[in-house]
Amino acid sequence: MDFNKTAQQKWLKRKQGGLVAKLSNDAAFVEFKRVQKSYDGENLVVKDLNLSMPKGEFLTMLGPSGSGKTTCLMMLAGFETATHGDILLDGQSINNIPPHKRGIGMVFQNYALFPHMTVAENLAFPLEVRKIGKSEREKKVMRALDMVQMGEFGGRRPAQLSGGQQQRIALARALVFEPELVLMDEPLGALDKQLREHMQFEITRLAHELGITTVYVTHDQTEALTMSDRVAVFDDGRIQQLAPPDELYEAPGNSFVAQFIGENNTLEGVVTKISGNHCVVTLDNGEEIDAMPVNVTHAGERTKVSIRPERVEFNKERLHEDAHTLKAEVKEFIYMGDIFRFRLSVAGNDDFIVKTRNAPDAVKLKPGEIINIGWLAEDCRALDA
Amino acid sequence: MSDATQQDAPQSNGPVLAADGTPLKQSLARSLRRQKLRALILIAPLLLFVILSFLVPIASMLFRSVENGIVEETLPETVAELASWDATSGELPPEEVYAAFVRDMVVAVDEKTHTRLGSRLNYEETGMSSMFRRSGRAIKKLDPVEDAPFKEKLIDIHDGWGEVKTWATIQTHSGKYTDGYFLNAVDMQRTAEGPEMQPENKRILLTLFGRTLKMSLIITGFCILLSYPVAWLLANLPMRISNLLMILVLLPFWTSLLVRTSAWKVMLQQQGVINDTLVWLGLVADDARLVIINNQIGTIVAMTHILLPFMILPMYSVMQTIQPTYLRAAKSLGATNWTAFWRVYFPQSIPGIGAGSILVFILAIGYYITPEIVGGTKGVFISNRIAYHISSSLNWGLAAALGTILLAVVLILYWAYDKIVGIDNVKLG
Ligand SMILES: Nc1ncnc2c1ncn2[C@@H]1O[C@H](COP(=O)(O)OP(=O)(O)OP(=O)(O)O)[C@@H](O)[C@H]1O
Ligand SMILES: [Mg+2]
Repeated sequence: MDFNKTAQQKWLKRKQGGLVAKLSNDAAFVEFKRVQKSYDGENLVVKDLNLSMPKGEFLTMLGPSGSGKTTCLMMLAGFETATHGDILLDGQSINNIPPHKRGIGMVFQNYALFPHMTVAENLAFPLEVRKIGKSEREKKVMRALDMVQMGEFGGRRPAQLSGGQQQRIALARALVFEPELVLMDEPLGALDKQLREHMQFEITRLAHELGITTVYVTHDQTEALTMSDRVAVFDDGRIQQLAPPDELYEAPGNSFVAQFIGENNTLEGVVTKISGNHCVVTLDNGEEIDAMPVNVTHAGERTKVSIRPERVEFNKERLHEDAHTLKAEVKEFIYMGDIFRFRLSVAGNDDFIVKTRNAPDAVKLKPGEIINIGWLAEDCRALDA
Repeated sequence: MSDATQQDAPQSNGPVLAADGTPLKQSLARSLRRQKLRALILIAPLLLFVILSFLVPIASMLFRSVENGIVEETLPETVAELASWDATSGELPPEEVYAAFVRDMVVAVDEKTHTRLGSRLNYEETGMSSMFRRSGRAIKKLDPVEDAPFKEKLIDIHDGWGEVKTWATIQTHSGKYTDGYFLNAVDMQRTAEGPEMQPENKRILLTLFGRTLKMSLIITGFCILLSYPVAWLLANLPMRISNLLMILVLLPFWTSLLVRTSAWKVMLQQQGVINDTLVWLGLVADDARLVIINNQIGTIVAMTHILLPFMILPMYSVMQTIQPTYLRAAKSLGATNWTAFWRVYFPQSIPGIGAGSILVFILAIGYYITPEIVGGTKGVFISNRIAYHISSSLNWGLAAALGTILLAVVLILYWAYDKIVGIDNVKLG
């Protein structure tokens, strides 16, 4: 466990120490250029996908069910052909390269471990088809098994392993032939929370230690935020936003992303005043609030403003003197241990959530109380309507 | 909480009691018995049907193959007298035996059972049937007391009674049970000196057994080869097309077996569709038309076709469960299409091949109608021989022995298959 902690710290340091910043300068390793995909010739499942990944990046595709994530992965792996556009790997178009020549490691959602082979045989398979000699093969298999801490399980059949163990074997199998690019399609979907968190860490550790470029698909946003260098939020066959996790959470580019990532409060209204990076939005019930214009450019536009629950203030002293405030009625108080959660009724929205840390000086509001709430203009983003 | 635990905890002394005070085991057994009884009533009609139409006939067949009461019942005194006679001595039995024989025969002729005995003994020694039939009339006129001694008189009636062999045959087969039918079934016979092979010209059944097994294997092999791609298509094509294909596979089931076999007759004849086409194409000369019916080829072709669905369906049901991700996984690991198929898909489809093979093979070795119609003499199976013995030669004992051997062969193969492949690996649906 100790080892895990130090490794995690080391990795975190590396991550913050500029890996992400450095990435954007590197030449693209994986590139989607104006890729479109249709299965039936009527609907586009992927619409105009553009994506460029540098070597060594851990990129997550996040999005609701049916948004085309798996389709993108399958096109990259070669199991589906793009209807239009180019997919480049290391600068070369791979549209006409069959899957087995792409050298891309892949972890499937249901693991796809071959049931008639032992764990060791499963791992040896990619080496065998590459005509690697027996002694070297065994060495590599052993190393890969040790890498996922499954050294003693080489003789077992996949059916004799637990879900988490199968998952690790699937990971080891995808890595054993040392691919430069690994694709994972919701590999942790079937695991319980604790195991999932552990595996999330294991996967990121391995990916970074081995310097592998990883495309990871999930629809679990926590997973996406904690694991990735960058996250591509998919919806409706398009990338809605492609950004590092912190940016995605703190500066969502449109209202879909704001809604999809984390908890979010939405208020609707019309922009009435706009100047630089400050604007005033008049809500539908006539009240005014401060916001930062993101997707609005001029007064009169309709907008949805988004405020994170933890950025809402009801302690008046912490706000600007001339900041706008809103009247709110406390509907519900939920005690969650480390935080307090309040459900308020604000400007006709009964599901306005506010969170505060359970600190000694924290105020416990009671249902029925009427309070004033406000926020810093830069925490409140005026997005597309 | 503590109350409940005390109540639930089994008392350390004496059996656990149910709520009404009876021992728990007993009341559990009672409630289970009622359930079982109800289940039994539900399946009773089927059970009865299976017992009457399946188990009883099989049991009676097994019994018939060893049953031999007829000799002792028809000639009780003769059998008793013969017991002390030594057939290997080369001398005819003493006068007492002849006297006993006449006494037995008078009764038998009266009851008209002597001809049946004749045909029974005829299986072992040709000529016995006519001997009994012809002697019967003459013996009937003899008086068991006044006309003694009988030795000379009997030999006068038929030379056969003066031969040691005749009496030896009666003696050898006088037991209540016999292995004679089984020995016959494998081209052997029991003589006074013990079991030995039958004369060359009478051996046919071993050849037939061998041919049945060999051809069934060939048919199974062809079925595997032809069915595998079809099953694969069924399992992998889009639903709409595969349903259509499935109907084509099942179509033969809805046509009479007889019709299908006769259709092959039309196809395979020397003046049939295939030969006509080949001649028309110039591939075969008109005077050298292929002989592909009334021989083994005819049987193999027709039976392969008829048994195909029994191979396709189990294969299909297994293949349907093999997820396409396995193939994708194999390819992503660097396997070519062929390697992915051979190393990943094929091994997982083996249970289907196994199930189909057992089914087809077992059906094939018992097949009757098709070989009868398209097999000629060279392409018939052991079942055709069984049918012959049941309906023409009326040697039911031999037919039963052949059937029993067939059953045993199937069971042995099944057992061997279970040892090698494991019957758990077989999936029929
Ligand atoms: N083989 C196929 N034939 C036709 N349509 C397909 C096929 N595979 C996927 N689709 C359609 O394409 C769309 C995108 O599917 P895709 O599997 O890429 O979604 P996803 O983002 O991976 O969703 P999930 O999170 O549920 O896995 C869906 O509407 C789906 O119905
Ligand atoms: Mg998917």
